Amino acid sequence: MVELVSDVSALVGRHMKHLVRIPEKLLSVTLMPVAYVVVFGVLFGSAISVPGSDYRSYLMAGIFTQMMLTNVGNTALGVAGDLSNGVVDRFRSLPMSRSSVLIARTLSDLTLAVIACVTMAIVGYLMGWRVHEGFLKALAGFGLLLLLGYTMAWLGALIGLLARSAEAVNSIAFMLVMPLTFLSNAFIPLDGLPGWLRWLCEWNPVSAVVAACRELFGNTTTGTGKGAFPVQYPVPVSLVLCGLLLAAVVPAAVGAYRRAAAR
Amino acid sequence: MEIAIEAVGLRKRYGGHEALCGVDLSVPTGTLLGILGPNGAGKTTTVRVLATLLEPDEGRASVAGYDVRDQPREVRRSIGLTGQYAALDERLTGRENLRLIGTLYRLGRRAAKARADELLDRLDLAHAAERQVKTYSGGMRRRLDLAASLIAEPKVLFLDEPTTGLDLTSRLTLWDMIREQLAGGVTVLMTTQYLEEADQLADRIAVIDGGRVIADGTSDELKAKVGGERLEVSLADDSDIPATVTALRETAAAEPVVAQDSRTVSVSLRDGLKTVSEAAAALDAAGARTVGFAVRRPSLDGVFLALTGGTTSRER
Repeated sequence: MVELVSDVSALVGRHMKHLVRIPEKLLSVTLMPVAYVVVFGVLFGSAISVPGSDYRSYLMAGIFTQMMLTNVGNTALGVAGDLSNGVVDRFRSLPMSRSSVLIARTLSDLTLAVIACVTMAIVGYLMGWRVHEGFLKALAGFGLLLLLGYTMAWLGALIGLLARSAEAVNSIAFMLVMPLTFLSNAFIPLDGLPGWLRWLCEWNPVSAVVAACRELFGNTTTGTGKGAFPVQYPVPVSLVLCGLLLAAVVPAAVGAYRRAAAR
Repeated sequence: MEIAIEAVGLRKRYGGHEALCGVDLSVPTGTLLGILGPNGAGKTTTVRVLATLLEPDEGRASVAGYDVRDQPREVRRSIGLTGQYAALDERLTGRENLRLIGTLYRLGRRAAKARADELLDRLDLAHAAERQVKTYSGGMRRRLDLAASLIAEPKVLFLDEPTTGLDLTSRLTLWDMIREQLAGGVTVLMTTQYLEEADQLADRIAVIDGGRVIADGTSDELKAKVGGERLEVSLADDSDIPATVTALRETAAAEPVVAQDSRTVSVSLRDGLKTVSEAAAALDAAGARTVGFAVRRPSLDGVFLALTGGTTSRER
C-alpha cells in the first residue's frame, strides 16, 4: 500500500509537469470551456428561452457536464501515447505496482477536470450564473460532476488501451461524446421535442447528470415537470449510473493494461 | 559456471504466426551474449519474454535465478532493459526521467537523486540534464535510456539493438559503458544487427532466424563453422579466370569459387601457408595477371549470410 502510494505520487508528479509544459493541455481545460460558456451562452441565449430561468443559468449545468465528458478523450490520448512510444514497456519492466500507472493517469486527469470546473464557474459567475440552493448542495453538484469526470477518465483509459492510436482515439471519443451531449437536455429543454426524441433524450444518462446538477445548483425551469424516470430522480440515478460504470470500467481497463502491454 | 539467463524451449505464437518456435539460451554470469538475426527473426520477442513483458506460450526461462513466469517481480528487481525505441518521457528533463525511474525502482527519493546525478556524469549528459528530452539528439537519448536501465544497478542487462542508427562516437561511448558493466560482473544479453558489434563485445553469439537459434558459439567458432581461411585472387581481366581456376584447383582441397562481377577466384586453404606459397607459384606458372592476392578470414557477415540463407531482411 505504501509502495502503491509512492508509485502513484511519483507518476502524478510526471503528469503535473506535463500540464505545465504542454500549453495545449492547459488551454483545453481553460480556454475551451470559457469559449463554450461565452459562445453558447450568448449565441443560443439569444435564440432559446426557458421558462422560469434565464438560459445562461440553465446552460451552465450542460456545459459543465459536457466538459466532464471530454475527459474521455484527454485520458485516452495520454494512455495511447505512452503505449506507442515505449514508456509503458519501460514501466512494465520495473518492479512497480501495475495499477499505479492508470491510477496516477486518471487522478491527474481529474485534476484537469477540477481546473476546468473552477474556470467555468468563474466565467459563469461573471456572466450572471448563480447557485440558489446553498453552498453544500452546490458543492454536491460539483462532486457529482467530478465523479462523472473520473468515470470518464477510466473509460478513456480503456479506450486508449484498446484503440492504441491517436487517430482512432479521437474519432471514438468524438463519436461517443457528440451524440451523448447533443441528444440530451444539456443545451436545450426537452419539452418541445417530438415524443420519441424526447423519450430518447430523457433516457440518455447524460440528461440525468445535467438534470441533477440543475437541481443541486437550483437552475431548474418551471417546465411541465414531467419526464422519464431518470430526469424525475436525477441525483440518485446519476450516482448509481456513475458507480456502475466505474465498477465495470476500472477492472476492464486494468485488464486491458496487462494485455495491451503484453505484445 | 553460474548461469544468469536461461531459456528452455520458449515458444510464442501471435495468431497464426509463430514468433518463437523453441528458443534455448544459456548465458553464464558476467558474460555478454550477442543475439544476431534478421528483422522479424524473434530477437525482440525473446528479449521481451526474458524481461517479463511477454508471457511465453510454452517453455520456461529464468533470469538472475528467478522464474520469469512465477517470480516476475523478483526478475524485474534484478534487470535493466533498454528497448529498441528509447522509452523516455519527452517532456521531462533528462534528470527528471532518471529520478522518476529510480523512484519507481523503489530506490528511495534521495538515492534515486544521487544515482541519477552520477549516471548523468558518467554518460556525459550532465550538460543537458536540465533540458527536456525532446531536445536531445538520437545518441543522447540512447545514452539516457541506457542510464535509465542502469539506475538500480541491475545484475542482468537486456539491450535490444542499443546502437541502431547511432553515429560512431555515440556507439563507442555505449560500447565503453557496456564493457564497464561486464567488468563489474553484470550479465548482458544484447540483440544487434551489427555483426561488428557482436564481434567486439560478445563472449558468445547466438544466431536467431525464423524463431529458433540456428547457431551459437564464440565468434571464432561460428566463423570456423562456415569454413576456415580463404585465399582470394582478384584478376585484371575475365580471360584470366579459367587459367586461375585450373592453377588453384591443384593446390586446394575444394573447387575454387568464381565471382564473375568482381573478377575474383577464391578457394579455402587446405594447408595454411604451404598452400599459399604453392598457389602463388602455380599462378605465376599459369601466367595469370593478378591484381590482388589475399588471405581472408570469414567475416561475421559471411557467417550470417551462410547461416540464414541470405535473408537479411525477412519482414513479416
